[in-house]
Amino acid sequence: MPLSLTARLAIAVILVLGLGAVGVTIAALAYGNQASREAYDRLLIGAADQIAGSISIINGAPVVDIPVSAFELLALAPDDRVAYRVLDKDGSTLTGYATLRSPKANTAGIGFYDGSLAAEDARFVSVIRRFSERAYSGPVEVIVGQTTRARAALAWDIAQSALIVLGVAGLAMSGLAVFAVRSALSPLRRIGGTLAARDPRDLTPLDLKVPREIAPMVSAINNFMERLERQVVGMRNLIADSAHQLRTPVAALRAQAELAQDEPDPQRHREILARIHTRSVGLSRLTDQLLNRAMIIHRADSVPNELLDLRSAAIRALDEFDPDGQQNIDLILPEDPVWVYGDAMTLSEACKNLLNNAVRYGTPPVSLHVSGIDGVARLQIRDAGSGLPESYREKIGRRFSRSGLAREDSAGIGLAIVDAVATAHGGKLEFGPLVGGFGIALALPEVSA
Amino acid sequence: MNIRIALLSLLVGFLAASPSAGQEATATYGPESAPQTLTLRGTTDIAAFSPVMLAFLTENPNLQIRYEQWGSNDLFALTQADCVSGKFGADMVISSAIDLQVKLVNDACAQPYRSSLTDLLPATSRWRDEIWGVTREPAVIVYNNTLLSAEEAPTSRFDLLDLLRTQEDRFRGNVATYDIEASGLGYLFAFADSQQASTFGALLESFGRTDAVATCCSAEIITGVAEGEYLIAYNVLGSYALNRAADDPRIAIVLPSDYTLMLTRAAIIPAAAEEPERAGAFLDFMLSDSGKRALMSANLLVSLSGSDTEGSVLEQPVTSSVRPIPLSPALLVGSDAHKRMLLLERWRGAFSESTGE
Repeated sequence: MPLSLTARLAIAVILVLGLGAVGVTIAALAYGNQASREAYDRLLIGAADQIAGSISIINGAPVVDIPVSAFELLALAPDDRVAYRVLDKDGSTLTGYATLRSPKANTAGIGFYDGSLAAEDARFVSVIRRFSERAYSGPVEVIVGQTTRARAALAWDIAQSALIVLGVAGLAMSGLAVFAVRSALSPLRRIGGTLAARDPRDLTPLDLKVPREIAPMVSAINNFMERLERQVVGMRNLIADSAHQLRTPVAALRAQAELAQDEPDPQRHREILARIHTRSVGLSRLTDQLLNRAMIIHRADSVPNELLDLRSAAIRALDEFDPDGQQNIDLILPEDPVWVYGDAMTLSEACKNLLNNAVRYGTPPVSLHVSGIDGVARLQIRDAGSGLPESYREKIGRRFSRSGLAREDSAGIGLAIVDAVATAHGGKLEFGPLVGGFGIALALPEVSA
Repeated sequence: MNIRIALLSLLVGFLAASPSAGQEATATYGPESAPQTLTLRGTTDIAAFSPVMLAFLTENPNLQIRYEQWGSNDLFALTQADCVSGKFGADMVISSAIDLQVKLVNDACAQPYRSSLTDLLPATSRWRDEIWGVTREPAVIVYNNTLLSAEEAPTSRFDLLDLLRTQEDRFRGNVATYDIEASGLGYLFAFADSQQASTFGALLESFGRTDAVATCCSAEIITGVAEGEYLIAYNVLGSYALNRAADDPRIAIVLPSDYTLMLTRAAIIPAAAEEPERAGAFLDFMLSDSGKRALMSANLLVSLSGSDTEGSVLEQPVTSSVRPIPLSPALLVGSDAHKRMLLLERWRGAFSESTGE
């Protein structure tokens, strides 16, 4: 079972917050260190400057009168040890802690450096004051150091505040994320609810206001239901048509058979049998066509179209319709391929139906033309006859039709199949008189290769 | 020595002063065979401090306390030497020379201790959880009330200055104060005075003109006042003065109303202490109610009337001008070599004037 969205979200939020916490902690500690270092460095240099300012030259030697305020400044870091040392120009200690080491070189006048004080981390500053008096000419160096407890405490305080803010933000983010997922998924629940509440036979499109992100799903559901609806309708039609079409020939067969039963005359008996055979053949073709049509309508909805050359569809249809060339059908093809999107099988089936009608009801010579002109690909069958009767033309495209001509061979079903194929391919059925004959064509949108 | 101490001596034994330099006296309390020991070193007189130790012993019967009494400068030198060598000297050092105690803490010679009682101490009585102020003792002016009437007696440093200026001859050689070169406490008070007000310079000058006597110890100064050798003594530790005044009606005490320095005797647990936990327990005892009562009975916890803090009460409404000397690294300035040299030079300058006259 795949992970729930909530779990995924929780993992994502935890990852983001975890990485964020590590990053923010590092940044906050760095920032806290920086801020507290700057703050306490100022105290340090303030104290050092006060001490340096208190130096005066008495009897040719520097004397330091350290102001208490210098140490009160340092005492602002309440729990930190303090050390100081004042050195004369020769580097010997005037006062303070003689063990305090001096920085390697302080040429800038002020230099900070890190060190330690009685095994505790400490920060030092060295300040140089230069004298140019008759009695003493040269620098006096003041070193002031302090342990770093207050610095660490302040840095940690700053970092802690940042982490508290992060924690609160993290909680808020988690809450918002849960809320966002709930509200993002609510249209799905609505769709599910609507579908569940529906009548099982209701296949009409869903009419729901959903966010843009969910719309493809609703339209997919609607497309699916539309296909389902078409197939259900097709199935229902097939059953109705079949019942309708089959009832008459079967009744006739039954009548003939009953007639044959009671017929004593062998001659008459044979005649009746011949009629029964003829009707059986017609019934068999009718059955084939009904099944074909159902299959084609099904394929039109379910088999994805592919790019194909209409010429090869024509060749295939003619091959299957007239493998021996006994019908003398002319095949007229252009030199270049004529590309269409379609299903090769249903197209050739439609073509075979048209050929069958032309051969059966038309006037020879029959010819098969393929053309691609102005974006319209045509598969046209011509004959020398007068074409379909007016009354029949009107009925094309209905579910089934039976002209007087074709009662027994069910040409109506054939044309209905062709019409269905044309529609399924986004084209139409064209027919009309030609010079010296009649033409009927499948006109499909041509694809420029 | 009062009767109580005499009785104690019978009970617990009272050792004579040992011969080592600077060590003034040693006392041992508690049973000889006690399984636990606690070694204390302090500047407080044995007589003054023994009630506190005895009170602690009643709560800890299996303990023997050894107390060594030292001069403040010697005690500092000894503790510092022990710190440098890492040798055990004492489990706790309690000194009135709090600047030197702060220096010991700053030099990593002390170890930290924390308890709910030390946490209650104000920030001025605690530093790094390594030094704690356990007493409250004002620096006072003491005078002999048989030789100087209450009306004449100064109530502030300004009064003292006026008195010395207008009656120079009467007070010549009759004013005493600590010798700040010899007494760590005297130096501390002088240093604090030099920070507080410009009256310090004027006082030095007056002391010089009147040939004031700089001498070593609280006890000597107060005895001198009681016996009429000195009319007046400046910057005497209030606890000693109160103890003596209780027995001697000739001694009168004044809290200067311009400002009164308030000293808190500071305790540290040396880094090399053998029984730091027990020392901590003793510290907690001194900060507890029963410990405070013992300190009060020794006049080591002085309260000024009007203030809401507990302790021995000195009847003088001067609470607003009390200046506690805080336990802070600012005290390190006092022990700076140049600072000390400058202050001593000033001091000597004033007092040599007097010898010159």
